[in-house]
Amino acid sequence: MASSGTKPEKTGQGLFARILGSRAPVIAVPYLWLLLFFLAPFLIVLVISLGDIALAIPPFTFKGGIDLENYALLTQDALYWRSYFSSMQIAGLSTIITLLVGYPIAYGMARAPVQWRAALLMLVILPFWTSFLIRVYAWIGILKKEGLLNLALESIGMIDAPLTILNTNVAVYIGIVYSYLPFMVLPLYASLEKMDRSLLEAASDLGCHPLKAFWLITVPLSLPGIIAGCFLVFIPAVGEFVIPDLLGGSETLMIGKTLWVEFFSNRDWPLSSAVAVILLLVLVIPIVLFQRHQARLAERDG
Amino acid sequence: MASSEKATKGPASAGWAPWEDPAAVPHVRLDGVTKRFGDFTAVDNLTLNIFEGEFFSLLGPSGCGKTTILRMLAGFEAPSEGSILIAGQDVSRVPPHRRPVNMMFQSYALFPHMTVEKNIAFGLEQDGLPKDEVAQRVDDVINLVHLGQFRSRKPHQLSGGQKQRVALARSLVKRPKTLLLDEPLGALDKKLREETQFELVNIQEQVGITFIIVTHDQEEAMTMSHRIAVMDHGRIVQTSTPTDIYEAPGSRYVAEFIGDVNVFEGKVAETTPDMLRIESPEAGCPIEATPTPAQEDASHDPSGSVWVAVRPEKLSISHDKPKDAKANCMTGEVWDIGYLGSHSIFHVKLASGKMVTVAQTNRTRAQARAISWEDTVHMTWRPGDAVVLSA
Repeated sequence: MASSGTKPEKTGQGLFARILGSRAPVIAVPYLWLLLFFLAPFLIVLVISLGDIALAIPPFTFKGGIDLENYALLTQDALYWRSYFSSMQIAGLSTIITLLVGYPIAYGMARAPVQWRAALLMLVILPFWTSFLIRVYAWIGILKKEGLLNLALESIGMIDAPLTILNTNVAVYIGIVYSYLPFMVLPLYASLEKMDRSLLEAASDLGCHPLKAFWLITVPLSLPGIIAGCFLVFIPAVGEFVIPDLLGGSETLMIGKTLWVEFFSNRDWPLSSAVAVILLLVLVIPIVLFQRHQARLAERDG
Repeated sequence: MASSEKATKGPASAGWAPWEDPAAVPHVRLDGVTKRFGDFTAVDNLTLNIFEGEFFSLLGPSGCGKTTILRMLAGFEAPSEGSILIAGQDVSRVPPHRRPVNMMFQSYALFPHMTVEKNIAFGLEQDGLPKDEVAQRVDDVINLVHLGQFRSRKPHQLSGGQKQRVALARSLVKRPKTLLLDEPLGALDKKLREETQFELVNIQEQVGITFIIVTHDQEEAMTMSHRIAVMDHGRIVQTSTPTDIYEAPGSRYVAEFIGDVNVFEGKVAETTPDMLRIESPEAGCPIEATPTPAQEDASHDPSGSVWVAVRPEKLSISHDKPKDAKANCMTGEVWDIGYLGSHSIFHVKLASGKMVTVAQTNRTRAQARAISWEDTVHMTWRPGDAVVLSA
């Protein structure tokens, strides 16, 4: 490294200059933000997870000493790991469906005439102007037995008896895909829109059929968008609580719902804190590993 | 001269000129091709023959339709009217991936996620060639463009000149009969550009395929091409060899587009079989010119204006008035001098207010009476060195 030859006092000078330098405050803002609103609350949750349940305000105590019994319980009761596993499964499948639905939308937007693109982008963002909760409630009206979907399907004669969709996992998938679609479309659009179209012409000129060129050129070049979109959908979907609660049924097992029950029904703050800490680790560790892998690839290509 | 004799001579030899041979079959033929984008006519009823092994340039300012012609040849645009024939086959409706041509893009269009090697191999892999043959041909072409040490780099790790060579290699590796090059040297700096011009000509001679190149740089076109088509507003104004384009331009547009030129407006006063006499108040002296067949047409209409075009280097400049000079001798005042080492450029103002450019080679180190600012000078030229133009 370049700093290997520098003397210790010089490094100290560099650090001093860096703190005083005009860039320092700018860089400090996001770090301060993360410290205040992510790291500090997380540490509070972590500490609570090491305590014991108590009939008090707040409802936990450290009288039994700091111990890991809440974490031990998570491994003993099948409910918890089954909730984690089921959440992953639902979030994973929803992410794939969202990708399959979102890619053509983003592709169409990126290929639309330039003067349309701003309007199309607006349309993707438009649902955010209505409360998320109201939009999920609206799906109840669509998916229930005597809902709009069943009425429509019956009136065109596609079904004889109404379908049971509400309060099943299918309704949860529909809810997640619908709610998180913009988070998939936006990064995909960003990466597809900046793609140089002469690359596809070059591929075609070299004898590549347009469909094959899509796989060999467009998809690899939109990979950063695909990865960003999948993260943006998968991570919040794993911890999703509102959608499984409103649209899901008794069979729907998701960690967000389990956590809610522990926290509000059982008022077991230490245990629900432990659930939250494990959830965070389960999500963060693979992402960190992935980022490091990406960084190493980028370094190799330098 | 027998046509077969010409054909066997090959593109690299001096007498090779299939375009002069009515029996020669063109390799690429555009027949009455028109291309319209909405109300805008980019290419207007254009007919063009390009022969096998030719280095052909389409030259013109931006927006003259030259790139559209190339894109129609590659198949990215379909002609609105007319037909395009490559090797005798009408390809007007053939999609780009089935055409026997390859194109080198102005932006190079290298695949950013692939290494140099992968970029070059791409076209061969699409044809489903066996792996060892792909490797062999990629090796050959990488050696041809001297890219050996960069083969496993990605495009963003290459300089402009290296990218240009990858793009060239990628379009050459499929050994197309015809290679289309869209401003191939446009993104390079001046020095690299000059080097690459000669390299490109050498490569074209080595691989022996037809090069059709689009450029707005007249110098580039002059150095590299067998023939140049000068374009203006979707039409071809003149198609000739570089020498003819420069020495025998067919119109003022061509004369002014290629190199520097002095143009004097005048009227034909007298026509004899071997001499045209022109009166030009602008030049301030009678002009005599040797008519070529094309110029004789110009003299047919005595009422219309003609233009006399003289290149700066064809003019001789001196302090002394030649004794027997009745014609082709202008007098003016030196306005500006540009010393360029090998030669000097003089801007001389005539009595009519017209500015004349004279280029003079600096053949001796020091001149006894060097021409200086505000000197009165006389400029002469031989009758055969001017071109009379009617348009």
